[in-house]
Amino acid sequence: MTKTADVVIFERNVAKALDDGQLRRNLRSAMTTLSQRRRALFADTEAFEQLRAQGESIRRRALRQLPDLLEQLEGRCTANGIQVHWAETTAEANAICLDIIRRHNARRVIKGKSMVSEEMHLNHFLEEQGIEALETDLGEYIIQLDGETPSHIIVPAIHKNKDQIAHLFHERIPDAPYTEVVEELNAIARQELREKFRAGEIGISGVNFAVSETGTLCLVENEGNGRMCTTAPPVHIALMGLEKVVEKLQDVPPLLRLLTGSATGQPITTYFNMITSPRRLDELDGPQEVHLVILDNGRSSIYGDAERRATLQCIRCGACLNHCPIYIRLGGHAYGHVYPGPIGSILTPQLEGLDEAGVMASASTFCGACEEVCPVKIPFTEILRMLRNEAYAQGESEHDVKGHGYRYTTVEGLSWKSWALYNTRPGLARIGSQILGKLGQHLPMIGPLKEWTRTRTPPLFAPKSLHQLAQERGLDNDR
Amino acid sequence: MTANARANILSRLRATTIQGQGPFIVPDAPIIAGLELSLEERIGRLQRMLETMHAEVRVVSAGGWLDEFKAMLRTRALNGLLYGPAAPFGPALEAAWEADLPPLVPYIEPAEQCRERLFSIDAGITSTRGAIAETGALILWPSAAEPRLMSLTPGLHIAVLDAKTIFNTFAEAIDQQHWLRHGMPANALLISGPSKTADIELTLTFGVHGPKELVVFILS
Repeated sequence: MTKTADVVIFERNVAKALDDGQLRRNLRSAMTTLSQRRRALFADTEAFEQLRAQGESIRRRALRQLPDLLEQLEGRCTANGIQVHWAETTAEANAICLDIIRRHNARRVIKGKSMVSEEMHLNHFLEEQGIEALETDLGEYIIQLDGETPSHIIVPAIHKNKDQIAHLFHERIPDAPYTEVVEELNAIARQELREKFRAGEIGISGVNFAVSETGTLCLVENEGNGRMCTTAPPVHIALMGLEKVVEKLQDVPPLLRLLTGSATGQPITTYFNMITSPRRLDELDGPQEVHLVILDNGRSSIYGDAERRATLQCIRCGACLNHCPIYIRLGGHAYGHVYPGPIGSILTPQLEGLDEAGVMASASTFCGACEEVCPVKIPFTEILRMLRNEAYAQGESEHDVKGHGYRYTTVEGLSWKSWALYNTRPGLARIGSQILGKLGQHLPMIGPLKEWTRTRTPPLFAPKSLHQLAQERGLDNDR
Repeated sequence: MTANARANILSRLRATTIQGQGPFIVPDAPIIAGLELSLEERIGRLQRMLETMHAEVRVVSAGGWLDEFKAMLRTRALNGLLYGPAAPFGPALEAAWEADLPPLVPYIEPAEQCRERLFSIDAGITSTRGAIAETGALILWPSAAEPRLMSLTPGLHIAVLDAKTIFNTFAEAIDQQHWLRHGMPANALLISGPSKTADIELTLTFGVHGPKELVVFILS
């Protein structure tokens, strides 16, 4: 059987990640800590379940009215003085950013953490246009220095330990002394970035929640870099996936609690930043211009299917990563796409197409941990199963996921047809099981059987089938 | 063209065949009873939560806070204190100032004209609009009188809070302060401590890009 390209690449990535002892130690310790902190904060399970039910209800209510809420958000933002842009693709979103940057003759943008900007590959795009895009979140700053992408959606540099970061800073930051003291590494980054904040030309951020009834953009952070990027420069560009909208201001408190608690076990982050307009007439600081870019990039196709729509409930807390037995062992890079872990496994194949990223749906043991911890109750396993089915669904498929049927092969199609035939003809099944009972132990381990038994013990075929045994005991036919 | 993008996106979203409640069910949200603490308990909880996040909290009488504040400043070598002359306590601050204290620096020009000073001054003092006991957080609504960077660029942020404005929860603050009716400010903030990060090996360290210290005077 031939393997599709995505499978080949993923298997190579997996082997590499599993071989990296340092990576596995870094991940294990970090993920254990994060999940323990979360558990400690939500120790009252009854109260937590209520909060989760509330979170699920809020997100699903927002999704049900999504087009209306987006229009309301646009209307409120515009009335508040925020300029709203719509982008169907990441290329369009990048072009919108570039246009704004060019209009202000800026050479550099300072960025707060934004996964949508990663999805857009914005930094790379801007650099090609001769514009420097500087990450200011400490974790993002670290990986940018090393030319890497985030390996986790909340703690992007979690795959590195302090020794690795110490070497990196010493090598890449001019005049930085070698130190393994975390506080000192921190101070080096603060020093480096402070000058950039002071001179900032354009700030770019993501959006955690966008409140449609007030036109307010909410940002969650601890470091203060997000506030810097959205306050100090004369222009602020906020990037959001179109699913980030919530209906009411009162929807925000429970979601905020679920987000920070699920992500890092914090009751609240240091800063919760609510932006409703650019600098007002009499005010002395804040950006003169605020732009909101609303990105689709495949989300609207996810929206149209009832089962798939739940994917858009996500508030990007990363709890599913922290609790996933696959993610904990591999880290984010092995997945080969921007969003790793369980959320990446259900989101990416739908955004980019199964033929590009379908293999991610196989990165699951179906243990359901992601579903158990998800603060908005996304039915991960159902969606994963649906995606796996879609990968083999030839012709018209029930859920019409982009790239469906890419793994369908004639051999496989024939195998299932024979299996169906075998099981619907009792005579055939009887003869077949008798043959397998006698000769099954001697099946040649070739092709898919060889692959399957590489890490598994081949099953022993019983000399007599269950059917036969039941008959011998005089049990009546299935009644 | 972004005009087309808008129409295309909205029409795709509206083209969905999922009708009404249909198969995409919106479950009812349970009604969750919020905290209901007495004033004393709210002060206690807020103090405990803020201190956990490495803020320094001083519960003082409304009449005595300035003296305690000045005493605190005398123990530190600061190059200046950024304040808003139009802040509620602005005039009192000016009247009580003494020569041995760090110079009072008013924030009265647009940021573009005093950027250097904003990024080099050691301390800033702001009022607060309230606080949240449950999670431990101050509510700030920066304004022309007390702009946004005052609580961000100085290494030390001092916040003055009237104990009567400590709410049980964030939801209660939004409701009882009528945020919706009032209309949202350009920028509203919740602040729960000095800036921090755990991006290196999850080791918590304080003072990244924002203030390294947060001192809260709760006036009871």
